[in-house]
Amino acid sequence: MTNRILLAMAVLVMAAPLLLGIDGEFSGSDGQAQAAIAATGYRPWAQPLWSPPSQEVESLLFAVQAALGGLGLGYVLGRRRR
Amino acid sequence: MHIMEGFLPVAHAVGWTAVAAPFVVLGGRTLVRTLREHPEQRLALGAAGAFVFVLSALKLPSVTGSCSHPTGTGLGAMAFGPPAMAVLGTMVLLFQALLLAHGGLTTLGANVFSMAVAGPWVAWAVWRSSRRLGAASAVAVFLGAALGDLATYVVTAGQLALAFPDAQGGIAAAFAKFAGIFAVTQVPLAVAEGLLTVVVVNALTARGVITEVRA
Repeated sequence: MTNRILLAMAVLVMAAPLLLGIDGEFSGSDGQAQAAIAATGYRPWAQPLWSPPSQEVESLLFAVQAALGGLGLGYVLGRRRR
Repeated sequence: MHIMEGFLPVAHAVGWTAVAAPFVVLGGRTLVRTLREHPEQRLALGAAGAFVFVLSALKLPSVTGSCSHPTGTGLGAMAFGPPAMAVLGTMVLLFQALLLAHGGLTTLGANVFSMAVAGPWVAWAVWRSSRRLGAASAVAVFLGAALGDLATYVVTAGQLALAFPDAQGGIAAAFAKFAGIFAVTQVPLAVAEGLLTVVVVNALTARGVITEVRA
């Protein structure tokens, strides 16, 4: 029961910005910091070895990462104890 | 908290790599020893690693109108101690640097230090002192996970301020600028991470995967 309440609270906290209709582009903070650095005139001296070719492929890989983690966590929590 | 590939000057990139490396090496040794002496902890360790995988993949909206992601490193820091998390965090950061172009190899040291070293140590220290001060187990876990999450982003802001001081205001002004991007956005996410960590710790404890997290 406690866990359900805590989970509901977590979902509420995560959904609040959208439920409250907060204005914003909801861009990533990592990208904003990158832009703030670029604005100082700094030019990066290395590029990623490989980049996902599109937003879609990038979101696919993030989903794969989350799914792998979920799978691992689900296995441990749902395992039948012997 | 990911500093992108090439986005730290060479001296800083090398410096943070040198600072982070001993933590990862010592963490690896601790981890190997723990698993040799307590092979039954394999499952719990897998769960802690999986938790980092899930949480650091979730880019969540925040009340500032930006998105950011939690780190998930507090859970393992409390269950296994911070050294183990240096290894697990590095694995996740490597995955993201190589497959997602998120973070980078030149900035891996800096990112490992913020997410896999500073965050876990702060989480562990906050959790432990809360317990010592008499806080209930769940409250201590919540505080540890939330403040560890926040600490990671404050450290990133500090790393960027050191590398890119403001022309007028110096490091302090630059820190205010980067903390403005990272830290405020992170507050609700840190609360969410704290709540989720309590749920997962409860679930793992109920199934006997981790013994009552000790302080």
